[in-house]
This record gives sequence, structure tokens and C-alpha cells, in this order.
Amino acid sequence: MKILVSVKRVVDYNVRIQVKPDGSGVMLDGVKMSMNPFDEIALEEAIRLKEAGKATEIVAVALGPQAVQEQLRSALALGADRAIHMPLDTAPQPINVARALAGLARRENPDLILMGKQAIDDDCNQTPQMVAALLDWPQATFASRIELNDKSATVAREVDAGLEFLSVDLPAVISADLRLNVPRYPKLPDIMKARRLPIETATPEDLGVEFVPEARLLKVAPPPKRQAGRKVASVDELVAAVRERGLLS
Amino acid sequence: MSKVLVIAEHDGEILNPSTSRTVACALALGPEAVDVAVFAEAETKPVQAAARLNGVTRVLLVEHAANRSPVAAVLAPQVYALARDYTHVLAPATTFGKDVLPRAAALLGVPQVSDVMRVIDRNVFERPIYAGNALETIETPPGIVVATVRTASFKAVPETGSAPVEKISLDFDCPTHTRFLRVEGSSAGGRPDLQSARVVVSGGRGLGAKENFDLIYALADRLGAAVGASRAAVDAGFVPNDLQVGQTGKIIAPELYLAFGISGAIQHLAGIKDAGTIVAVNKDPDAPIFEVADIGLVGDLFEVLPTLLEALPKGGS
Ligand SMILES: Cc1cc2nc3c(=O)[nH]c(=O)nc-3n(C[C@H](O)[C@H](O)[C@@H](O)COP(=O)(O)OP(=O)(O)OC[C@H]3O[C@@H](n4cnc5c(N)ncnc54)[C@H](O)[C@@H]3O)c2cc1C
Ligand SMILES: Cc1cc2nc3c(=O)[nH]c(=O)nc-3n(C[C@H](O)[C@H](O)[C@H](O)COP(=O)(O)OP(=O)(O)OC[C@H]3O[C@@H](n4cnc5c(N)ncnc54)[C@H](O)[C@@H]3O)c2cc1C
Repeated sequence: MKILVSVKRVVDYNVRIQVKPDGSGVMLDGVKMSMNPFDEIALEEAIRLKEAGKATEIVAVALGPQAVQEQLRSALALGADRAIHMPLDTAPQPINVARALAGLARRENPDLILMGKQAIDDDCNQTPQMVAALLDWPQATFASRIELNDKSATVAREVDAGLEFLSVDLPAVISADLRLNVPRYPKLPDIMKARRLPIETATPEDLGVEFVPEARLLKVAPPPKRQAGRKVASVDELVAAVRERGLLS
Repeated sequence: MSKVLVIAEHDGEILNPSTSRTVACALALGPEAVDVAVFAEAETKPVQAAARLNGVTRVLLVEHAANRSPVAAVLAPQVYALARDYTHVLAPATTFGKDVLPRAAALLGVPQVSDVMRVIDRNVFERPIYAGNALETIETPPGIVVATVRTASFKAVPETGSAPVEKISLDFDCPTHTRFLRVEGSSAGGRPDLQSARVVVSGGRGLGAKENFDLIYALADRLGAAVGASRAAVDAGFVPNDLQVGQTGKIIAPELYLAFGISGAIQHLAGIKDAGTIVAVNKDPDAPIFEVADIGLVGDLFEVLPTLLEALPKGGS
């Protein structure tokens, strides 16, 4: 069984981002970049499936500028067998990321596509659903448990009402939520080895993928700041302060 | 003029309050018509509830056996079939809307706007990025606008309407490759729904153990509040996953949010930015939660919670 895993390069989740004063975006110069945390989880799941003898090949894929190869090398260090870079000047929006990934899936014929449920920069939470739609495959988003059977998978999904269980035929697209697993760290020798491994490239044209018009960014602004509050010294004061605001009878 | 289709969220019994807030967003588009689509097995209570939402032009009831416990793969082609008569298709940015709508957008070949916080124009929207630490204003390309709505940013509409209900039968390919098995709900113990509650009492890792969450439940019951939690509390197994508040949990906007033993990581704050009043109790005076709390108390929650319970009148707020 072959698993395709997408990895996105994003601002590390520990960074406190700053909006550029001219409103054109978020400052990225000199900012620490990492693999999207949900993609780490998706990749970890693929690795565990391989360790359990259920998967035979893991293919990692990233779209974007040359720099995304850094995240592909991390994926190779962690255990991906192959890495594919789709070089583009900027990362496209989800609809076009999905079109590119679906194009790649048509060529690679994976049995499973594992993705992060959302990217922590744009928080779109769209791409996996869109890939599944374009391929007319089942989708199981926000997965916190995956059981692979022969030709299907049973997935527990984290939904607002609790946990939803689905059974999906393979091939399918599954997007990872936080509690699916805890990703491992790569070992230094594996990082060194991954530096020398080849990274394949594929362009949207190679795959016969056409992009559709995207939304236009007009501006980025910081959110309205919450007024700094006050500290109270006791429970009585706390209750009084809440009452003052008319929030307790 | 805009014609808006709102996808209703319901469980066959109750129309989820997120639907009403999505209608509010639809009305902000200054539309000519707002139709609400209810996908169901047969006529159910949520159909009538949708008809009562102010500003709704028509309720479209789409009956199909597969709509009993529908999955995204079954709903998306139905949304697609209806969407072509509209300028906008909206769904709440709940796990339901997030699952279904991008699948429909991809079928329509258009981008989706996730998490609309504000309508600036019929195709210009404000939405959060980086866990709400920045807001982007974007303009959608020509074509149908498909968007999910951050329900915490819109107020529910009044329920004094009486829109007509039309039964629609759709011709669509109903896939069988995805099968719904079951939902294991964490029983909220009769407490209000986290996403629409006026008051939310939340606990974090500081609670230390599952049993200690009883203190949080006790306060919530005293206040008639819903219970929330940080990711760390969920990961530690103190409470079920559906109580998680934050960037990757629920985004809520209660009038009053009380946080006990929660440090205030940006991923958690992302879920409570729209709360009216934030109260934080933490033993660490430097905890980041105090930077956003309207009222902060530095103290041990194991002392504060019992004292607070004493100080509050019994029998609800
Ligand atoms: C001008 C402009 C306008 C925009 N307009 C919109 C808009 O209208 N609506 C909107 O929702 N967003 C908009 N965005 C955000 C934009 O769509 C994202 O930057 C896009 O790269 C993908 O979003 P995401 O990664 O958050 O997708 P998500 O769907 O959140 O990501 C889910 C998963 O998809 C995979 N993935 C995503 N991108 C890649 C990649 N490059 N390589 C490999 N895997 C990937 C990963 O597995 C990821 O975990 C806009 C951005 C710009 C600059
Ligand atoms: C991709 C990603 C997504 C995430 N999404 C979310 C999300 O949606 N929601 C979320 O909440 N987190 C999320 N997180 C996790 C987040 O970064 C923090 O780890 C988490 O919010 C911490 O939870 P906490 O405040 O309960 O725990 P901690 O950070 O450990 O804080 C515990 C606090 O309790 C205080 N405390 C301890 N004992 C007592 C006592 N006796 N009395 C009073 N105070 C006490 C401590 O001083 C401390 O401030 C996400 C992380 C990542 C990487």
C-alpha cells in the first residue's frame, strides 16, 4: 500500500507573528519556518502504518518555492521513501493546491492520501476535502484514530458533537487532527542521510493540472486589541467585579 | 443582487444555532433572497425551526434516505446541484460546515473563503489567519462565492419569521464509498451547548486530574454555564475532545468566560477572542492569559473554586 503525504512549510507555531506596517502581509523575514504541525502528525501516521507492515511506500509532496525542500528533507529524515517538489513562486490557495495534489494522485495512484486538517498559517481547513472531491474519493477529516482493513478504513473523527466513526473505501483522503498521534523527532544521522537523497520535481503542466482564479488579498491587519484588564486580590473582589459588569445576579 | 443559499446544520431533531448565525451573515450581504437548505431523510423539526428564522425567504427541504446521517461525500453533490441558482453559498464554520463546504466548492471549481468574520462587500470579506493574530481582507474572483461563517462573529437572528417550505427533489449521484457508523457524544450532562452558551467555565492542565474537573462542573452548574477546556486538559484525558476551545477546537463568544489553570497559549486565546468578559484564575502572575483577561486573580484554583462556589448564590445566575 502506497501513501501520499502532503507537507506544508509554515511559520513555526511558537512564533508570535507580526503584521507588516503597510498591511501587505505578515513578516516572514528571518522567522523560523517548520513543517505544519498537522502534517507532522499525518506523516507520523504513515510511518507507523509502514512500521506495522500495512504500508509499503510513503511519498511526501510539497508545493511552493525552493525553500519547501527543507520540509521535504525533514520528511525524508523521518521516514518518507520519496519526496516530490512542485515548484511554484508562491503556494497557491487550497483549490489549486488540491488540483495539483489530485493531479499527482492520478499519476502516483496511492491507496491513501494523508494530510493535515489545516495549515496553521492560513487556517483554511479546505485542501483535503477538495482533493477528495476532485478525485471523487471518500474523505474522513479531523481523524483521531485510523484502522486500516483490507480495502477500507475505519476512522474516528473529532466533530463538535464528540467522536464520529466512518467506514471509507480505499483509496481515500484522510486529514489528521491533533490527537491522532504524537510525532517523533528525526535522528541526526537520518537528517544527514536525507541531505543527500534526491528530490523529484513535478510541475502542474507535467500533471495536466490547470489552476482556477484565486481570491485577491486586499490587506492584512492586526486584530483589534483587547483592553488590558485589571487584577483583583480576592474572590470577593472577583465576584464584585463580575457583578459590576452585570454578568451575575 | 445577491441570492444566498445557507446550508442548515441539524441532527434530525434540533436545528443547530450555528444556522441562525449563518443566516445573519447572509443578511449582511444585503441579499434579494436567503434560502435555507435542509438536507434530511424526511420532514423534521429543524425544517420548521429554519422557517422561523427572520429574513429567510424559503426553506428548501431536500429529502433523501442517504440524508439520515449524511456524510460530506453525500451532501456535497447535493449542495453543488442547488448552488448554481445562487450568488453565494454559506455554511457555518463548525466541523459540519468545514467538512462539507470545501468539497462542494471544489466541485464548483471555485475557492472557498474560510471563517468569514465580517462582510465588507458582496465579494469582499474579512477572515482570521494565524490563529486570529492577523485578519486578512480578501476579494473573491468572479463566480459563485462559497464561504464558511465564523459563528462567534454573528448574532443569531430573531425567530419570528414564517418562511414557506418547498420540497425539492434532486438528481444526483449518491456515493456509497463512505459509510456513517455512529457518533459517540460526550453527554454534556444537560448543560448548555458550548458554542451558544452565555457563560463558559473552562479548565486547563492546572486542574491536574480528571476528578478535579468536578470543581469546574460544579461552578458551571451553579452558573448555568457550559464547560470548556484547553487542549492540554483534553490530551491529559480530563475531559472529552469536544470540549476543546481554541484554534483547532471550538471558537466561542460567550458573554462571560472563566478560565481556571489555563496559561493562555495563542492557540487557546484564538478560541475566546470574541468573548465579552474574560476572567482568569492562575497561580502564575506572569501567565499570558492575564494579558487578555478583563478580570484576573492570581491564586490557587483549588482554593479559589470552592470559595467562589460559597460566594455565589445557589440556583443559577
Ligand atoms: C492573496 C491571497 C488570497 C487568499 N485568499 C484566500 C481565500 O479566499 N480563502 C482562503 O481560505 N484562503 C485564502 N488565502 C490563503 C491561501 O489559500 C493559503 O495560503 C494556501 O497556501 C493554502 O491554505 P492552507 O495551507 O491553509 O490550506 P489548508 O486546507 O488549511 O491545509 C490543509 C493541508 O493541505 C496541505 N497543503 C496545503 N498547502 C500545501 C502546500 N503548499 N504544499 C503541500 N501541502 C499543502 C497540507 O497537508 C495542509 O496541512 C489567501 C492567500 C493569499 C496570499
Ligand atoms: C497546532 C496546534 C494547535 C493547538 N490548538 C489548541 C487549541 O485549539 N486549544 C488549546 O487550548 N490549545 C491548543 N494547542 C496547545 C497550546 O499550545 C497549549 O499547549 C495549551 O493551550 C496549554 O494548555 P493549558 O493552558 O491548560 O496548559 P499549560 O500551558 O500547562 O498551563 C497550565 C496553567 O495552569 C496554571 N496552574 C497550575 N496549577 C494551578 C493551580 N493549582 N491554580 C491555578 N493555576 C494553576 C499554571 O500556572 C499554568 O499557567 C495547540 C497547539 C498546537 C501546536
